[in-house]
Amino acid sequence: MSDPVSWSGRRWLNHHLALLRLGDWLMVLLGLLLVVWLMQHFWLTAPADHVVVRQGGHVFCQSTLLTDRDIRVPGPLGVTQIQIRHHRVRVVSDPGPRQLCVREGWISRAGEAAICLPNQVSVEIIGLQRDYDSLSY
Amino acid sequence: MTVSVIDTTIQDHRIAKMAALAISLMWIEAALPSPLPGVKPGLANIVTLVVLRRQGLRAAVWVSLLRVAAGSMLLGRFLTPGFVLSLCGASASLLVLALLSWLPKRWLGSIGLSVPAAFAHIAVQLWLVSVWLMPGLGLWPLVPGFALFAWLGGIVNGMVAERLMREN
Repeated sequence: MSDPVSWSGRRWLNHHLALLRLGDWLMVLLGLLLVVWLMQHFWLTAPADHVVVRQGGHVFCQSTLLTDRDIRVPGPLGVTQIQIRHHRVRVVSDPGPRQLCVREGWISRAGEAAICLPNQVSVEIIGLQRDYDSLSY
Repeated sequence: MTVSVIDTTIQDHRIAKMAALAISLMWIEAALPSPLPGVKPGLANIVTLVVLRRQGLRAAVWVSLLRVAAGSMLLGRFLTPGFVLSLCGASASLLVLALLSWLPKRWLGSIGLSVPAAFAHIAVQLWLVSVWLMPGLGLWPLVPGFALFAWLGGIVNGMVAERLMREN
């Protein structure tokens, strides 16, 4: 960088690109692919529209995510409490022993689900178009 | 009173010098404004990358862990959640560096080491935040943003390390 006038942008770029070896290019490319995949997976999926609550294989209720609501679903073990707040859903309490669906926390994206197996309750978010049916699958 | 003398080798002095350099970079970086907590260029990793190539993996592990411990003491966050995050992030990066440094140097330079290490760093930190620090917090929509910054930071740090080593 002895002569700043001749140190043009193109030379600067070439100088730095020359630092990359084959494996470096490969890693940079793989990294870019990962970033693009993450972006389209988390940012370009269908927006969440409404939630379907099932009990014992039957649809217990369907609700939009646009309004806050509390849903109480009776099952064989007791009542599972579901909460809709700010376009997100969670299972607040469940009589099941392992609390897996409660620990799932807030879910907000199409295709996400919280399943309380012992009490036979499931909460699934459905987008405008359905990517895959995670429950029937 | 007995005076205990710890014999230090030249290698110890080198590690200490490089760790001091990394700590100063970490300090400068702490003063820079960040758009999101967690989005940082990770300038101190340039030192880790140079030490890895110049002095080997053992020295790089020392420099990195000394930097995390002493640097967080200086910043007043030793043993805080932030310290645990940087320790785990640094350990994940070192693990990836250890695995990749087996590959031939002719084909893989500092940039190719730095990018996967940056991804490992942010992945472990995001995982820790979502299972330990703030479980139930919907971090997923932020993941692509963090990954993008990790990618950019990995490339820039790798290039600086590569330039430093080729010019001196």
